[in-house]
Amino acid sequence: MTKQDILKPENLVYQKTKLLTKNVMHYCPGCSHGVIHKLIAEVIDEMGIQNETIGVAPVGCAVFAYNYIDIDWQQAAHGRAPAVATAIKRLLPEKYVFTYQGDGDLAAIGTAETIHACNRGDNIAIFFINNGIYGMTGGQMAPTTLEGMKTVTTPSGRNHEMNGYPLKISDMLALIDGTCYVTRQSVDKLPAVMKAKKAIRKAFENCQLKKGTSVVEFVSTCNTGWGMSPHKANLWMQENMTARYPLGDIKNI
Amino acid sequence: MEEIKLMKGNEAIAHAAIRCGTDGYFGYPITPQSEVMETLMDEAPWNTTGMVVLQAESEVAAINMVYGGAACGKKVMTSSSSPGMSLKQEGVSYIAGAELPCLLVNVMRGGPGLGTIQPSQADYFQTVKGGGHGDYRLITLAPSTVQEMADFVDLGFELAFRYNNPAMILADGIVGQMMEKVVLPPFKPRRTNDEVRKQCPWGTMGKTDDRERNIITSLALEADVMEATNNRLQAKYRIIEEKEVLFEEQNCEDADYVFVAFGSAARLCGNAMDALREQGFKVGLLRPITLWPFPTKRIAELAQKAKGFMSVELSAGQMVEDVRLAVNGKVPVTFHGRMGGNIPSAEEIIEKFKENFNLK
Amino acid sequence: MAKIKGTVVVDTERCKGCDLCVQSCPQSVLELNAKVNSKGYHYSTMVKEDDCIGCTACAMVCPDAVISVYRVKTND
Repeated sequence: MTKQDILKPENLVYQKTKLLTKNVMHYCPGCSHGVIHKLIAEVIDEMGIQNETIGVAPVGCAVFAYNYIDIDWQQAAHGRAPAVATAIKRLLPEKYVFTYQGDGDLAAIGTAETIHACNRGDNIAIFFINNGIYGMTGGQMAPTTLEGMKTVTTPSGRNHEMNGYPLKISDMLALIDGTCYVTRQSVDKLPAVMKAKKAIRKAFENCQLKKGTSVVEFVSTCNTGWGMSPHKANLWMQENMTARYPLGDIKNI
Repeated sequence: MEEIKLMKGNEAIAHAAIRCGTDGYFGYPITPQSEVMETLMDEAPWNTTGMVVLQAESEVAAINMVYGGAACGKKVMTSSSSPGMSLKQEGVSYIAGAELPCLLVNVMRGGPGLGTIQPSQADYFQTVKGGGHGDYRLITLAPSTVQEMADFVDLGFELAFRYNNPAMILADGIVGQMMEKVVLPPFKPRRTNDEVRKQCPWGTMGKTDDRERNIITSLALEADVMEATNNRLQAKYRIIEEKEVLFEEQNCEDADYVFVAFGSAARLCGNAMDALREQGFKVGLLRPITLWPFPTKRIAELAQKAKGFMSVELSAGQMVEDVRLAVNGKVPVTFHGRMGGNIPSAEEIIEKFKENFNLK
Repeated sequence: MAKIKGTVVVDTERCKGCDLCVQSCPQSVLELNAKVNSKGYHYSTMVKEDDCIGCTACAMVCPDAVISVYRVKTND
């Protein structure tokens, strides 16, 4: 059987979802953002909610998320996406509203907005990309940077006496009564990607169940910021990031 | 028959907001404007008109909720007082940059810093000269009565939606706190989602099959694109400056001297003007209702025949700079102001007037 | 006995040569091409076409969604 024999429409088992636009993503080769964008697009497509979904893009590498998923988008000020999403959802309660935020956006400058959106139990999905570094501004320390991890603002490695500790914000959010689902996922391998996609779907479904806020953290890589190849970054993430940020559901009610 | 009520300026804002079909209010408590949200919570309009009222965790969150709502094409507003408005400036800049309509209310108190809860007009610069970063303008309405507090809600939204630009009601603490009779505007239903989509085809209410996705952003990394955005904004601002100037004049036709004052300072100047007229001085009063766009042209016209202008403000002298620019050196422009929550009496204004222009 | 045969199509122009698909393939079917696309990236290519089982691992981990996967059951 030749390649041509297999290449028939009826044999197609996977292709780029039509919810991803034609724009080539600006992310570095191997960036986790691309995989997560793709999964969100696939879930929106599979749920048939393209016209019912409004995304809120952050400040950071994902500021241009709106260029890639074919839905209505708003771009929020740094850290403020949960407040923006709160208003959208309150004013259009029948819609699916999600934020897409990095660790600096969600866990540093936007901590208050994140916590209070969760505390109000706003029926939104928060997708949180934790790669332990500020990617867009050139690799500075993030609240989630691991101890000892070198960044351009912690050139000798993060030291808790000077910089505090890597913030386990998802664990904090799980303690809040307003959240219904807090989970930590990764997108480094096929099984992980499948699980992450299920988590995204559940977070979207929760938006209409009036159960509260859903938070999906993706323990991710920033191979450029970390100074590694994408594959090595995945291995480093598996070994180091998941020790501090263990994968799995933290809360699911 | 007209329904006349007695209420505070802040309460009038809240009642007017419900009546003119506002979709959402997002605020954070701060003196001297807390009655706005308190009145809304008491009225519970979510049970009647469906209006959303939400107490946010901070002014920062509140203004970003306004951004989120405005970007859907919804009629949304916030209110605060000076220190709170400082916190909101980042969001205001984003809203102006993304060209979103919304209504902001600042019931000014004295600063700088935590300052005082007493009334002030010292946020004139912040409001009409920028406040946040970048080249942008706020359509700024300055009420001097409780009636205007009520009326400017609808007017502010009207202008905001006409130009896809934030509009600000810049009131001082006196107008916010004082009680006066007011005729509230008639009830206007909130727009349906279909009507919102029609009025604001750029809104992010969820894509429809007949259009491309909508994106609300103020970001453009390419210099040419960002400059084009700025040029578009500036062209819009020139139209607003041409078409939307509002002011009120008293006794200016024959005036030798003209008071220029807004908000409660204009009321004080009105009393001073009446007394001075009785003393034989030909004094007029020009009260800018829009602080931006400023009544520059009219002041320049009056400067052709007047002998002098005097700006009276509850600040160290902010609007006076715009009066000077309008008069452009033709005649003297003087100033009197009080700060820290103090208010000049009519007698004090009269005395300063005579001193400033060497009159007896 | 039924066998599963698969193949992939790489959108070579959009491929950024990150190598994640190569590393994820359980059959070592993919490699980065010695040639580059117009952006200068060594794009992903099938080097052992016969070994592909159409498992989609490569496509699922691809950050740029450049891989389409085809799969068929055969009795060959």
